[in-house]
Amino acid sequence: MEPLVIDAKGMHYRELNQIIRDKVAEGYRHFILHNVNGQRYIGAGIMEDVFIEIHGVAGNDLGVFMKRGTIIVYDDAQDGVGNTMEGTKIVVHGMAGDVCGYGMRGGKLHILRDIGYRTGIHMKTYKDMVPVIIVGGKAGDFFGEYMAGGILILLNLWDDDDRPIVGSYLGTGMHGGVMYIRGEVDPHNLGKEVGIKELDEKDFLLLKKLLKEYCEDFKDYGLSVDEIMKSPFTKLVPVSTRPYGKIYAY
Amino acid sequence: MLYKSLSSFPVFEVERDYDKCIVCGCCVQQCTFDATYYLPYAKKVITDEHKCVGCKRCEAMCPTGAIKVRAVTNEFKHNAYWDARTIRDIYKQADQGGVILTGGGNDRRFRVYWDHLLIDACQVTNPSIDPLREPMELRTFLGRKPDALEVEYNEKGEPELKTKIAPNLVAEIPVIFAPMSYGALNLNMHKAMAAAADAMGTYWNTGEGSLHRDLYKYGHCTIVQVASGRFGVSAEYLKVAAAAEIKIGQGAKPGIGGHLPGEKVDEEISKTRMIPVGTDALSPAPHHDIYSIEDLRQLIYAIKEATNYEKPVSVKIAAVHNVAAIASGIARAGADIIVLDGFRGGTGASPAIVRDYVGIPVEIAVAVVDQRLREEGIRNWVSIIAAGGIRNSADVIKAIALGADAVYIGTSALLAVGCTLCHKCYTGRCAWGITTNDPHIAKRLNPDIAAERLINLLKGWAHEMKEMLGLMGINAIESLKGNRLRLRAIGLTKEEMDILGVLPAGEGI
Ligand code: SF4
Ligand code: SF4
Ligand code: SF4
Repeated sequence: MEPLVIDAKGMHYRELNQIIRDKVAEGYRHFILHNVNGQRYIGAGIMEDVFIEIHGVAGNDLGVFMKRGTIIVYDDAQDGVGNTMEGTKIVVHGMAGDVCGYGMRGGKLHILRDIGYRTGIHMKTYKDMVPVIIVGGKAGDFFGEYMAGGILILLNLWDDDDRPIVGSYLGTGMHGGVMYIRGEVDPHNLGKEVGIKELDEKDFLLLKKLLKEYCEDFKDYGLSVDEIMKSPFTKLVPVSTRPYGKIYAY
Repeated sequence: MLYKSLSSFPVFEVERDYDKCIVCGCCVQQCTFDATYYLPYAKKVITDEHKCVGCKRCEAMCPTGAIKVRAVTNEFKHNAYWDARTIRDIYKQADQGGVILTGGGNDRRFRVYWDHLLIDACQVTNPSIDPLREPMELRTFLGRKPDALEVEYNEKGEPELKTKIAPNLVAEIPVIFAPMSYGALNLNMHKAMAAAADAMGTYWNTGEGSLHRDLYKYGHCTIVQVASGRFGVSAEYLKVAAAAEIKIGQGAKPGIGGHLPGEKVDEEISKTRMIPVGTDALSPAPHHDIYSIEDLRQLIYAIKEATNYEKPVSVKIAAVHNVAAIASGIARAGADIIVLDGFRGGTGASPAIVRDYVGIPVEIAVAVVDQRLREEGIRNWVSIIAAGGIRNSADVIKAIALGADAVYIGTSALLAVGCTLCHKCYTGRCAWGITTNDPHIAKRLNPDIAAERLINLLKGWAHEMKEMLGLMGINAIESLKGNRLRLRAIGLTKEEMDILGVLPAGEGI
């Protein structure tokens, strides 16, 4: 079927999302949205294999509860991108706000530039479902808090301000998954449940594979995997899968 | 220093009448706390009382009635201030350090407001109704009600409803099985609650551990929870359910998160919660995407969008002092149902100190929330479910008269299937097969028999509620809602009566 083009100018999110849901039910799978300006919940709960292209700034909770498909935002996205998402890939050609990837269980978030606070909280892995978030810029506080699984990669490609690459309370309460941060992390900013590890061969292979896809998604920006991989990465893993196992008296 | 271990002072005595004992070994096999064993050289079965938790499983199962399990009542010199539990807790913490865990609900001696409220009856002037002869309506609609109804006349001159009615749950009895997660409970108990809710035309709630695939067929009578850990929350899970509930808090442990220890996460639980086998399932204290009423609104509408506005969304909070203002915010955030969970509400595991001293009684919470929403003119926007320590049908009637639309029952449902309130749920060794996922012990709970018992309980309560409505001269539960004039207080202070909005016993209108 032809892609469905929607002009979202001045549309309430309810109207916009209702159209998308109705059209998905009719069999449409490819949507091109123009003049999006902060409309929330685009793609919410869609289980079909859709392809949604968004021109303009996507509003909060983009792709919330989504099961599969792809969303591309040719601009910035606001808070809650990929909230409790199951399997979609979301590519953002700009920045993304706070609490992205909360409780995400599968799928990918590829963010070109910076991301806000509280990224990837309580991400989880289950069997072959491994959620991946790759951020091209810097991140705020509580990156990977309560992380239970999945992969968080922070690249600091642009380094266009004097903020540190990542904020405080990095990985507080982390009990699963892995983070790769391109550059050094001030140990002072680490949550006490996180440990720094050397990268091994497997890590490099994994990074290479994931970054290849990331660079392809942003091919207009001249990114190269080899260039990115030249800088050293810091690998962070939880010290224990049971961080709070020892505080009780029986 | 004299070392005084906690285990020097058992809490229970297990008396075994050796004249009756036939050494069948049943009690040994039934004790999941390893307290009872066979002593070969004496050819006797004995109990190590230090390990006994007083679950009474052995007493119930002994074929010859040889066992009596009794609480030790005079274990220390009588002291009205330093009671035995306080003393033991100090010993325990001095032994091990750490937070003392418990299960079940608050059992401390705080005032039980239910027991200070008496129900009114009709005499002479307003005749009572006999529910055996006259129809009596318990059906309850849960969800948003319109501010006003608009009617249009079609070409034929017939009236048609123009107002769009928001989705509502329809319960044939205003009693719903409370959220208790798969993980804290086993699948047999989830099956039993689902089947009983289905048979009785009411609902059950998954709790925060998601819904097992085998139970998707009960979606139409299932309320699914979305908690801070987001375990097993997916588009499909939301769509299959009758309603979704955002769990903000729990009466037994307001303001703190949950923690299902890794040992309990077996293959089936792992599949359902969608986390790896053996990892801790941590539920953070807050939802990290909800730090304000606006954020709550965002999640409520995310769920509504994902379910095409076809299902009511509930928000469950623990009853705390400021509950009226919070509930008003929740109603304005777009929730269709608010669950108020009082401090008597049970838990699979909670720090004892939190369970025992945080929160407020649900009686008070319901009264103040109902009052506040009425004053603000938004009571019809939401339904109120009262939860946390509802013990019998009179509590249900009183809760509804105080302003609730329906109630949740958790502890009562567990009692119905054999729980003896030993409060050891957090050990995962429940001898009655309820709060355990040990496949061997869980078999003690037969889901069909358990469902039957839950159905019996609800049927009994339904009859009683109809009787009570009849004696008040009311023929529909709807007419009792917030009808506080049908309650009178006994033994309460003026302030307490004002907060509950009830008159003292003996005062007419
Ligand atoms: S179950 Fe009763 S009869 Fe059997 S060994 Fe125990 S005490 Fe004796
Ligand atoms: S079955 Fe229960 S009551 Fe009996 S000895 Fe064991 S722990 Fe005590
Ligand atoms: S559910 Fe089991 S462990 Fe928990 S209080 Fe009841 S009998 Fe004891």
